[in-house]
Amino acid sequence: MADWPLFEVFIRSKHGLNHKHVGSVHAADRSMAIENARELYTRRNEGVSIWVVPASEITASSPDEKEPLFDPSNDKVYRHASFYKLPKEVGHM
Amino acid sequence: MQNMALKNTALKNMAQKTQAPLTDYLLRLGDNALVLGQRHAQLCGKAPALEEELALMNVGLDLFGQARNWLGYAAELMVADLVTDNIDADHLAFRRDAQDFRNLLITEQPNGDFADTIGRQFLFDAWHVHLLDGLAGSSDPRIAEVAAKSLKEATYHLRRSSEWVIRLGDGTEESHTRMQRALDNLWQFTGELLQVDEIDQAMIEAGIAPDPETIAARWKATVEEVLEEATLERPSYDAWMYTGGKVGHHTEHLGFLLAEMQYLPRAYPDATVW
Amino acid sequence: MYAQLVETGSKKLKTLDEMGPEERQFQERINDEIKIEPKNWMPDAYRKTLIRQISQHAHSEIVGMLPEGNWLTRAPTLKRKLQLMAKIQDEAGHGLYLYSAMETLGADRDEEIDKLHDGRAKYSSIFNYPTLNWADMGTIGWLVDGAAIVNQVPLQRTSYGPYARAMIRVCKEESFHQRQGYQILLTMMQEGTDDQKAMVQDSINRFWWPSLMMFGPSDENSPNSAQSMAWKIKRHSNDELRQRFLDQTVPQLELLGCTAPDPDLKYNQETGHYEFGEIDWQEFFDVVKGNGPCNRERIEARRSAIDNGAWVREAAVAYAAKRQHRAA
Repeated sequence: MADWPLFEVFIRSKHGLNHKHVGSVHAADRSMAIENARELYTRRNEGVSIWVVPASEITASSPDEKEPLFDPSNDKVYRHASFYKLPKEVGHM
Repeated sequence: MQNMALKNTALKNMAQKTQAPLTDYLLRLGDNALVLGQRHAQLCGKAPALEEELALMNVGLDLFGQARNWLGYAAELMVADLVTDNIDADHLAFRRDAQDFRNLLITEQPNGDFADTIGRQFLFDAWHVHLLDGLAGSSDPRIAEVAAKSLKEATYHLRRSSEWVIRLGDGTEESHTRMQRALDNLWQFTGELLQVDEIDQAMIEAGIAPDPETIAARWKATVEEVLEEATLERPSYDAWMYTGGKVGHHTEHLGFLLAEMQYLPRAYPDATVW
Repeated sequence: MYAQLVETGSKKLKTLDEMGPEERQFQERINDEIKIEPKNWMPDAYRKTLIRQISQHAHSEIVGMLPEGNWLTRAPTLKRKLQLMAKIQDEAGHGLYLYSAMETLGADRDEEIDKLHDGRAKYSSIFNYPTLNWADMGTIGWLVDGAAIVNQVPLQRTSYGPYARAMIRVCKEESFHQRQGYQILLTMMQEGTDDQKAMVQDSINRFWWPSLMMFGPSDENSPNSAQSMAWKIKRHSNDELRQRFLDQTVPQLELLGCTAPDPDLKYNQETGHYEFGEIDWQEFFDVVKGNGPCNRERIEARRSAIDNGAWVREAAVAYAAKRQHRAA
């Protein structure tokens, strides 16, 4: 729209939850981006807070880097509670 | 069928009978929202950007919702006063003719270009917000409740319309020219916003409506602040003002707006449900 | 269906063995029901087909506002006005969700909208029919949204992640649209005057066949279906979806107490499906090609809204630039 840049939109749907990416809007400036996001993504009472970020400001990991970035954490089973087997008598821990 | 005839007679008599000032006051509030809402319905598919379609319709939805609340209350009072069969908000919206409408002239002005639309909205919002803020403290609990809910909506409307006035005023040369022209054309209808007649006076004395001086002062402050930031010139408060909407003397535009809006109930007077 | 006759550029399906390593990996991912995300490698034809399909879908939502907008100013009660306005607003929103999904493929929204305005891009044939009476608002909700829902529900599982997620949102929000429409018709049929009942039947007569056409040509005349299904951007054939729609719709038609303008419509006890008469495909192709009753008006309405708004959008950009400049 005559060079209205793209903003990515993140909505906190309830208090206590993280902001979650929901999509994008076009807007001429940041406050318009907030308003446009409000009209588009919270028509049904879906939000308590909105973040907008110029899409050009987002740095994303590349799928090519998926293995070096994410596979190393795959075998660190000791980071998960279920790795530690304890006798039943200990109860819930 | 018989019901309908009765209802229509009741409505015809309405103009002759002296209405309770409260009823008249509610019609003013309801008709403002209804008529301005209808102008938004006419904008559907014509917004200058797709994002604006949603925004304009949100304003329209808020206004129709407000109209339903105010007119619903007015209808209840009329039923009580006239001891007539049930009439409701829809009867008031779709079966009154222009002279029985009590909306401000500014609300019925045509959509024009986007500067006209936004200018009309801004001048109205800047008044509406302060009025609703006062009505939220009304001695009439039902009015206070509706006003408190509507105030949240109107506050957002004002935020948006102010921002647009500023963007257009301080945008390009063309947008500045258009915004200034819209403002100059609409200005003649602003006198009515601040005008106080007997109905208003009765409401103020009953503690139902807020002090008009305060509203006038706040309206002026809001308008001055926004226009200054928008680099727009404010026309004079002493300019000639066109009034009459509050007592049913409208501009030529209202008749056409109603002809369109009321078409179905008038073309099918026997239909009781839709 | 909101996307009809989407060109895939593929005449013949490749087998896995005929694919290069990247494409093969891509196809296997699809076969395994793993979503394709914006930054994943994808064949150029997949990207282009999706852009075509999603933009067509988005254009349909936006153009679809117009036939309803035609009655918004004349809705007969405040309640109906609010419902219709909320529905039209949702349609604008759905158009925007879809454009947003499309832009993740690297497409530019303005460019795609230009294609709509100069006739290069298609949109659903259904919106080229005029809305001539109030009952059309009911019929559009019931039949047109009903047909769209039958098409869109499986698209929630489509292979491209952003499209699937947009469809989930759309489907969730659209659930009230069809009910709203049917209720308009039911109210008039059950409690209305003879005039209102006639209005309903007239509306069904006009929208019945165009609604069935929404699913697109029958399978044997749908050369792009095989590729779209292999890519899982289409999950069921046109005829299958049309039949599903018809089977759920006919009992609703009977409940209204109305009839379909199809003397051949009948229930087949053996198959458990409704059979219907011959669709006038010539009409369908005419309308898709731009020769429907309202094609020119609809495009002109969209184009003039965007053209007349150019100075507004420019002003907003100019103001944003000034403000940024002042802040710097």
